[in-house]
Amino acid sequence: MTTDIAKPGTPTKAVTKKVRRATKATKNRGAVLFFIAPFSILFALFYIVPILVAIYQSMLTVEREGTFGKPTEVFGGFVQYARVFQDDAFWSSILRVLSFGVVQVPIMLGLALLLALLLDSPLVKGKRFFRLAFFAPYAVPGVIAAVMWGFLYSPKLSPFTAITSEINFLGADLVLWAIANVVTWVFVGYNMIIIYSALLAIPSEIYEAARLDGASQARIAWSIKIPLITPAITLTAIFSIIGTLQLLAEPQVFKSFTSAVTSTFTPNLLIYSTASVPNVNLAAAFSVVLALFTFALSFTVLKFTQRKAD
Amino acid sequence: MSATTTRVKKNHGPRESLFSRAGAMLVMAICTFYFLVPIWWLFVAATKDRADFTTSAPLWFADFNLVENIVNLANYRDGLFFQWMLNSILYAGAGAAVATLFATMMGYALAKYDFRGRETLFNVVLGGVLVPATALALPLFLVFSQVGATNTFWSVFLPSIVSPFGVYLARIYATSSVPDELVEAARIDGSGEVRTFFTVATRLMTPAMVTIFLFQFVTIWNNFFLPLIMLRDEKLFPVTLGLYIWNSQVNQIPEIRAYVIIGALLSIIPLIIAFLSLQRFWRSGLGTGALK
Repeated sequence: MTTDIAKPGTPTKAVTKKVRRATKATKNRGAVLFFIAPFSILFALFYIVPILVAIYQSMLTVEREGTFGKPTEVFGGFVQYARVFQDDAFWSSILRVLSFGVVQVPIMLGLALLLALLLDSPLVKGKRFFRLAFFAPYAVPGVIAAVMWGFLYSPKLSPFTAITSEINFLGADLVLWAIANVVTWVFVGYNMIIIYSALLAIPSEIYEAARLDGASQARIAWSIKIPLITPAITLTAIFSIIGTLQLLAEPQVFKSFTSAVTSTFTPNLLIYSTASVPNVNLAAAFSVVLALFTFALSFTVLKFTQRKAD
Repeated sequence: MSATTTRVKKNHGPRESLFSRAGAMLVMAICTFYFLVPIWWLFVAATKDRADFTTSAPLWFADFNLVENIVNLANYRDGLFFQWMLNSILYAGAGAAVATLFATMMGYALAKYDFRGRETLFNVVLGGVLVPATALALPLFLVFSQVGATNTFWSVFLPSIVSPFGVYLARIYATSSVPDELVEAARIDGSGEVRTFFTVATRLMTPAMVTIFLFQFVTIWNNFFLPLIMLRDEKLFPVTLGLYIWNSQVNQIPEIRAYVIIGALLSIIPLIIAFLSLQRFWRSGLGTGALK
């Protein structure tokens, strides 16, 4: 994680650097402040303060004097969190996005890896065209992609009515996987480009010897290329896991195509509908638990892949 | 492209078998179909009038009414759709530009200056990379409602000018592509620290800056949860939220469907232009982020 790519021709003189830096530190306080202040202030205001406010709000609970009394917010400790842990809708939405992720993320990243390896191999002609064609869906915002696929799944308006009039992609059984297909369609190209950039950065001398020994492209890909690009694959995996747990736009759009998508379909949909009840304190507690869950999961993946690499 | 061409020239190894080449091209063809057919369908559908949309073959043109459809869209409700496009361009364009500047300054400072708390600061920012934007939407709403600033332009704009991932990219890139010797030389020539950054460092960091800009532009353009939670006034909507609202009204107002389709097509054009015109920058920038 910490090895930087040093450009050839940039001598790294660790010793002189250290001496120079020590003098710089005192001299340039004003400049450093100028460089870091704008980002740090905004980061504090729009990342740290909201998180603190959400935690604070999640500790409050609403009390009323009598049935029609004025509601007052009082400190309730972990009352909201107790509700979160007893909320079946919340946990089944978490389970739903987890099962979504277990299937969709490997398919998406596997396809992205396969396409990146093919683009990097001498097997394929017209690379420039394919790269752009596969990346194009990334220019389609999730909401728009969902609207578009909603038409493509429609039993009457779809270009593939032969299939969609027979199979109901928007029914309760398949709608989760219909959404998985939309997400895959948008993000394969994006992940492919990240992996492909990592492949391009491998000097070809590294597998020149294997080629001369007659190793096939598949063998070179499996034994040499994939181990070298593991950091890039890890990065895409973490971003995909985060994206899965935060699924919102696509199911929100699908709600207007089918009643199979409820307002508690994914954790974020539940947070949104809870907040608009309005039960802001419970919604804040959901948000905090979801954020911690996301953080823990991506951190675990990071640690797991790092240990494997060692 | 240079990396690819040199690689091809170096292929002295065994010729690949016809079988594996045909297999590879077959995979590429199927994937091209999968990725491009929906976009092709959208383009074709946007050229049809209402009658042709339901009656003609979905993947081929009937009467070509693209211009009429755009004109109708522009006239519908006083051009509300184009107001949304303008809002999106403002949120994403100005937001990404400011985010890029601040992230680059921060990343440069983290890479080129030694100051107390530097690593702590960097680690806090890295933690921010793992906090997804959607998780912040509700907390941000709580903050903005405390100061009575929800349903304003700023409630969507201000949160989008913070890019922790941009800081991370900028730091890596500044470390590897802005030599300390050059900064020192500028210092000896009497250039101030801030001037050195704007005249020397930003020029060397251009690929990283373009990547940060594009990433942030796409993130803001696609942002949906934050405007959904913050905004009530439809004159402030970005295009994604506007089209979402229209799409959910299709059952009540059937003629709106045509506007959703033509609007969806128009809404992806700015991103395609941005990606194509800045291609050679972001491809090199992405590699930096992925390799570490």
